[in-house]
Amino acid sequence: MAASPVQVTGTVLTTRRVDAYHALTVVAPGVADRTRPGHFVGVAVGGPSTSMLTRRAFAIHDVKPDYGGTVELVFTVRGPGTAWLADLRARDTLDLVGPLGRPFPLPRDPCTCVLVGGEYGSASLFALADALQQRGCRIDFVLGAPSADRVFGALRARRMGETTTLTTEDGSIGMRGKVTDVLPGVIADTRADVVYACGPMAMLQGVTAVAVEFDIPVQVAVEEAMACGIGVCMTCVLPVIGDDGVTRMVRACTDGPVFRGERVRFEDVGTIPFDALGAPGGRHV
Amino acid sequence: MLTASGCGGTGRELAQFFDVTRLGAFVTRSITMAPRAGRPTPRMAETPSGLLNAVGLQGPGVEAFLTQELPWLAERGARTVVSIGGGTVAEYTALARRLADAPGVTAVEVNLSCPNIEDRGRVFARDGSSAAEVVASVRAATRYDVPVIAKLASDVADIVAVARSCVDGGADALAMINTPVGMSVDVDSMRPALAAGTGGLSGPAIRPIAVRCVWQVHAALPGVPIIGMGGVTSGRDALEFVLAGACAVAVGSALFHDPYACPRIQRELEELLTERGFDRLADAVGLAHHPPGSGPRGRTDLEESSL
Repeated sequence: MAASPVQVTGTVLTTRRVDAYHALTVVAPGVADRTRPGHFVGVAVGGPSTSMLTRRAFAIHDVKPDYGGTVELVFTVRGPGTAWLADLRARDTLDLVGPLGRPFPLPRDPCTCVLVGGEYGSASLFALADALQQRGCRIDFVLGAPSADRVFGALRARRMGETTTLTTEDGSIGMRGKVTDVLPGVIADTRADVVYACGPMAMLQGVTAVAVEFDIPVQVAVEEAMACGIGVCMTCVLPVIGDDGVTRMVRACTDGPVFRGERVRFEDVGTIPFDALGAPGGRHV
Repeated sequence: MLTASGCGGTGRELAQFFDVTRLGAFVTRSITMAPRAGRPTPRMAETPSGLLNAVGLQGPGVEAFLTQELPWLAERGARTVVSIGGGTVAEYTALARRLADAPGVTAVEVNLSCPNIEDRGRVFARDGSSAAEVVASVRAATRYDVPVIAKLASDVADIVAVARSCVDGGADALAMINTPVGMSVDVDSMRPALAAGTGGLSGPAIRPIAVRCVWQVHAALPGVPIIGMGGVTSGRDALEFVLAGACAVAVGSALFHDPYACPRIQRELEELLTERGFDRLADAVGLAHHPPGSGPRGRTDLEESSL
């Protein structure tokens, strides 16, 4: 693990709506200064006497040095936990553990990178884009979502990227379709050396397939349901092929969330592949 | 103060937050003979004040545990309770034998909530005689100075009877409770929330059940050390278990919420004991059974017969 995580009680600095999403900036020194692109935080929801026991995991969208260090999280309301988060106001406190996970690996030499974001998965790509540009990389964005209000960060992508291609399934902004429809063209035009992707599992699967077709490396940041985020609960596992060729059920929180796309067995996510290490045989129930 | 089995990972994850050697003991997840991939996802569902899980004892198997995980804990001097799980009495025995000559095993905890392959998948903990058989064979295969702890399940007809059989089988201590079986259905997808269908319920939701189990077993077997667990999230919760008869308390699901839970709860418990004028934890163990002035009576009040 790159940086050891800490638990802090942060103070909410600002809350804002960004189209269909909520963004929350929290003063969290100690978390902010160790964060690398791709890291996430585990957030306790519901306050001190909550009945919600599990932490919610959110990718870190932005880190700023203000007030000793702030982190910004982007999320959508999916249940009572995220609804509670959406109701937070400035000066409320929030219990964070982070930074967690393995960040995006960065190329040693300048190269051309395509950054693919699905829905608010693109939130974690901008810090990555910053880091890549500092290394002299060329950045091109492909952002997609079902509708225009769910494409996150299009403006910022246009500012940072050499080119930015948007796709929506209803055609309300950019091209009608999915990111995987336009990705081959973008990779070919830019002669991309590497693809980074973050978003829903189905999109990551499609992006990986495209990158494999072009025979270029692809790094994906997966979204799995987690309870702890620190590697103890074993609930966020997915089948990933290791260096030795053996498939293991690895934890998205501590072994990921960033994986080499071609190593993730997307079609087997949610199952235990029969050839995974320790898959049920005749001997165990 | 212990970690509950299956809630502390390999120890390394928690060591990022606090010194695992300061724990009373680190309890490993249940180690099995062969590597296990566990259950498919989703493995977890949040319920009010609780957590349903069906991880399915994912683990690397005993050989990898002995070469990669136990030495790490032993090097740091952490007291390690190794939890073992198996499908047959022979598997438990083989595991105990494999652990017998491994350095750094403070105690062996027998996870009796595994399905018994030889008894149509009925879990060992449901049946006093098969639980006792496992405990006896593990006891026989373990070094004399390494205690054997039997971990009991709450969803049995008579936990006192199972506890008594385990003690008769040679258990040096009892740990209770393992997660009661629960289930949750996602009304949007109209499917069970867990891939496995049912799962073990943990968290504060089960604390009253756990305290009842500790109370009943301590009343019936006052001389047997009990490790109480089930929804401990604060020093007050821990004290509740101690007063009901537990001489040690384990923290489980709270670790998912608060990685610092163990040192925090221990500190809170120490403060509570000091406030109440106790010099030692032992003076508080089982005190709720003996209200001041009433002498050693009242322990029959809540036995099975009167419920």
